[in-house]
This record gives sequence, structure tokens and C-alpha cells, in this order.
Amino acid sequence: MSKNNKIKRQIENYVFLTLSFLSAGFGLFFLFWILGDLLINGFKYINLDLFTHDPVPPGMEGGGLKHAFIGHIIITFLGTVIGTPIGILAGIYFAEYGRNSKLASILRNIVDIMVSNPSIVIGAVVYAILVKPVGHFMGIAGGVALALLMIPVIVITTDEMMKLVPKETREAAYALGAQPWQVSFQIVLKAAKVGVLTGVILGVARISGETAPLLFTAFNNSFTTLDVTKPMASLTVTVFQYAMGPYDEWHRQAWAASFILTFGVLIASITARYLIQKKRT
Amino acid sequence: MDKANPYLKRAKILEYVLKVVLGTAAIFIGLILPLTIFFVLYKESSLAIEHFGVLNFLTSTDWDPVAEKFGGLVPLVGTLIATFLATLIAAPISMGIAIFLVELSPNRLKSIFSTAIELLAAIPSIIYGMWGLFVIAPLFGEKVEPWLQQKLGGVPLIGKLFEGSPTGIDVLTTSLVLSIMIIPFMSSVVKDAFNMVPPIMKESAYSLGATKWEVIKQVMIPITASGIAGGLILSVGRALGETMAVTFLAGNVNQIPKSLFDPFTTITVALANQFTEADTDIYLSSLYFLALILFFMSFIILYLSKFMLLQIEKKWKV
Repeated sequence: MSKNNKIKRQIENYVFLTLSFLSAGFGLFFLFWILGDLLINGFKYINLDLFTHDPVPPGMEGGGLKHAFIGHIIITFLGTVIGTPIGILAGIYFAEYGRNSKLASILRNIVDIMVSNPSIVIGAVVYAILVKPVGHFMGIAGGVALALLMIPVIVITTDEMMKLVPKETREAAYALGAQPWQVSFQIVLKAAKVGVLTGVILGVARISGETAPLLFTAFNNSFTTLDVTKPMASLTVTVFQYAMGPYDEWHRQAWAASFILTFGVLIASITARYLIQKKRT
Repeated sequence: MDKANPYLKRAKILEYVLKVVLGTAAIFIGLILPLTIFFVLYKESSLAIEHFGVLNFLTSTDWDPVAEKFGGLVPLVGTLIATFLATLIAAPISMGIAIFLVELSPNRLKSIFSTAIELLAAIPSIIYGMWGLFVIAPLFGEKVEPWLQQKLGGVPLIGKLFEGSPTGIDVLTTSLVLSIMIIPFMSSVVKDAFNMVPPIMKESAYSLGATKWEVIKQVMIPITASGIAGGLILSVGRALGETMAVTFLAGNVNQIPKSLFDPFTTITVALANQFTEADTDIYLSSLYFLALILFFMSFIILYLSKFMLLQIEKKWKV
């Protein structure tokens, strides 16, 4: 091998490794750029009024997003309450009963696909099923749409976390005369409960940032409402409306709401990742 | 075992009931839900399908609510252009990030870096949209795009891509923001695939005197090819259905863009902007037809991605 060739190979090595470095820098650069802008533009507009006041007429100064905070919490809560049990039950099925079944593994792969299903499609479907027959937008329809988005996330995490429980744990329980359901629910589910909880956190993090499915279901409302059969505001839809709107006050409140929303979701995701990593090691 | 034992009999019944309940939940989410989505979308779009015909709808550039003439070609092409450009930017960068995370990052910092990259996927899409509108669009409209136009506008062939008046609400900014959103999906799949490569394969290449890049290029990438393809296709699937970020930046103008600086529309933009405004049955039905096309496309693409990833898992997962 000539010396020239060796130098060429070394140069090629450094060029590509540097490119790899730069790619990582590119990703981190945008992450910090976005978070930085949210911090700079959003944090300073957070005040008590934001949480305790309803909006004032468009274009006027002041007012808050109480209606959106309350609506957002209600819709997310509804989604979680509907989605969590179904998600965990289906997850247990795939981990425990469907292990060796061909059909179950096909269904499991479809659930995997449903995780990445465009969320706006779910919104359009829930509109046709719930909103159109009733005749008006409803908070509960938003909850159902979010539940349908959340279920696949919970199913996948529950399944993966329960499969991490060692075979020996199951066998020990069977050896003591436990029934299959006792092994699933009292042994494996208990051992994997942190993992299952993580799935729920990931699911909540996913749905609390969703906008598209709420546009056609819960829609929006300028007032605080606790009635889930009425149109209901949410933070995300309000940010959409305010950011697209022409008023400076709206833009300020949109930044503040985005700041709260993003850091809430990020903290939830980091917690979930931390719990998963602890479980895996 | 004694069949008459009442305890055992009760346990058997309980076992059976549980199995049915769990199985129902699994069938609901894995079978009934996707079928329901498909049939609801199909039923709601049947009016448009009957009225315009599938082929006609897919090849028509009409979108005129007043004359009640609708065609899906423009948003469909918009979706494909934005997805293609976003993937074009995201693919090499995701590869670089995966290589960095697996081969270059110091061990202690690995989990911090990979968490940071995955956080890009956790930021809600509406935040990308708003940030794009308030930060990227003005920056690109006033500085970057005029500069690009000046430098590249005169170059033959590609100069055409930089024509028009730069506003920042266009194909370029949409694709850029979209690419940032899909980077974490591809890079995390490729990273997982790289981690499956048995160390002994790498070590044998090193022992023959290969450089790190040669090990990556000639050992790791060929071994994980189907994983890389799976990650690439997954990010395409993600980009297709992305809504809010695109809605802020595309401009919602029903035209096939001829330059990177033209505003345009996509299927998701049309849905988000027009769904609640659709005042006639045929208008709403046409929007549902677009939703059906989107669902169908992304389902096929995501299935393909899953298929590719299963190939590599079957082969290398320990």
C-alpha cells in the first residue's frame, strides 16, 4: 500500500467523522434555538392573569388564557381516562397471551403503525362519528380523539416493559401453583408497573401537544366551560388561533402558552425516558 | 385434576373472561380502529368519489368551492414535494447523528446526547409551526432567501428554483422545519440498528487496519441497510402526515410550486384550514377524500418501514 493512499484514507476518515460531528451539532443547534426562543419570548409574559382571567375582546391589552388552560386539562384528562385502560389491557394481551400467536404479532405490528398515523385523520374520523351526528363541536369528542392517539403509545410501552420481566419470575409463580391470570396481573404487571406508568406518561406527553385532532372535535371557545358537551378551548388550538391572528397581545400570550406547554411536555418526556433507562439497566 | 372442584372451575371462568376482555382491547386497537378509520373516511368521501371519480380527482388541479369543482392533484403534489425535500435534508443529517451517537460520542455523554436529539421529537408540532412563523419565516424572507436568490438565481437550471419574491412562507422554510421534526425519528432507528451490529464484526475490520469511517461504510452500513431503509421510510411517513408546522409555513395557496420560494398547500394544510369552513356536502366530502388518500399513503409507507425493520430485527436482535 502506497503512502499516498494511506493519507487519502485518513483524510476521508476525518472528513466524514467531522461531518458526523456537524450533524449532531445541527440537531442540538435547532433544539437550543427553539427552546431559547421560547424561553426569551415566552417566559416574560407569564403572569397570574394568564391563568386566572378569560380573554378580553380581540385587540385589547390584558386578559388571560384561563379558558384554554382549563379546557386543555379537561380534554387531556378525558383522553387519558378513556385511553389508559384500553391501552394497558391491550398491552397485557400482546405481552402475555399473544406471545406465540401469529395473529397477535400481526395486530401488534399494526398498532406500531398506528403510533405514526397522521393525527389529523383521527380528528376527521371522530368528527364524522361524534360531531356530525350531534350537530356541534364537543369537548368530549376531543377527548375521544386524543384517547385514540394515545392508546397505541401505551400499548407498545406496556408490551415492551412487560416483556422485560424475566422468564424465571413467571416460572417461579407458576411453580407455586399460580393461575395464568394471577401471573399476568399479580406478578408480571406488578413487576412492570413503573414501565407501564412510563407508557402512560409518554402517552399524556404525546396528546397534550396535539392540535390537529382538536380542530375538528373540541374546536374552540372564548369562554371557560366545564361542560364537555360544548365546544371547548385548548392551549394548542388557542396558540394556533392567536399566532395566526394579527394582534401583538395575542402573539405574546401565544408565546407564553407555548413556553408552558413545551416545557411541560419536555419534563414529562425526560421523566419517562429516565424511568425506561433505569428499567433497562 | 378434579373437574368438580368449584374453585378451579371459577378460576377457569375468570381466566376465560380475562382473556376475552384483553383480547377485545387488542383487537379493537389493532384491527377495528384502523378498519373503522378506513370505512368512515371512505363513506364520507363517497360523494366526491362518485361525483369526480378517483382518477379524475387525482389528476385535476381544480379547487373551487364556489363552482363546487374539486381535485386533489395540487395538495397531493405539495405533500410529496415537502416530504421529499424534508427527507432529502433529514436523511444525511440523521445518518451523521446516528454515527455520532454510536461511534463518536464519549460513553458517559451518550445518553444525554441521545435524549437531547429525541427531545426534538417531543416538542409539539404547533410549537415548530409558531416558531417557524415568527422566527424562521422573517429570517429567511428578509435575509437568507434574497441572498440565495442573488447567489444562485443566475445559475442555469437550478436558478429557476430560486425565482419569485421571497416571503419566508414557502416550500423552502416548510421543508426545513419539517426536516428538523423528522430527524429524531430516523436517527433513533438508525442508532438502534447500529447498536445491533455484533462488536466482533467491527473488531475484525479494525484488526485488518480499517479506519473508523471504513468500518462504518463497509461493515456497519451494509449490515444495517434494511434498518436504515426502515428509518428513512418511517421519517417519510411522519413527514406526510405532519400538519400544524406545515400549516403555519406553507401559505395555503392552491398552486403547484415552481420555485422554492412559492407558497403552496398540502393535504394536511387543506384539511386544517378548510375542514371547518366547508359549507357544502361535496366540499367536505372532497376534503375527506384527501384525508383518505393521506391515510392510505401513510399506512402503506409505515407498513413498508415496519417490514424493513422486522427484517433486521429477525437477523440481529439478541
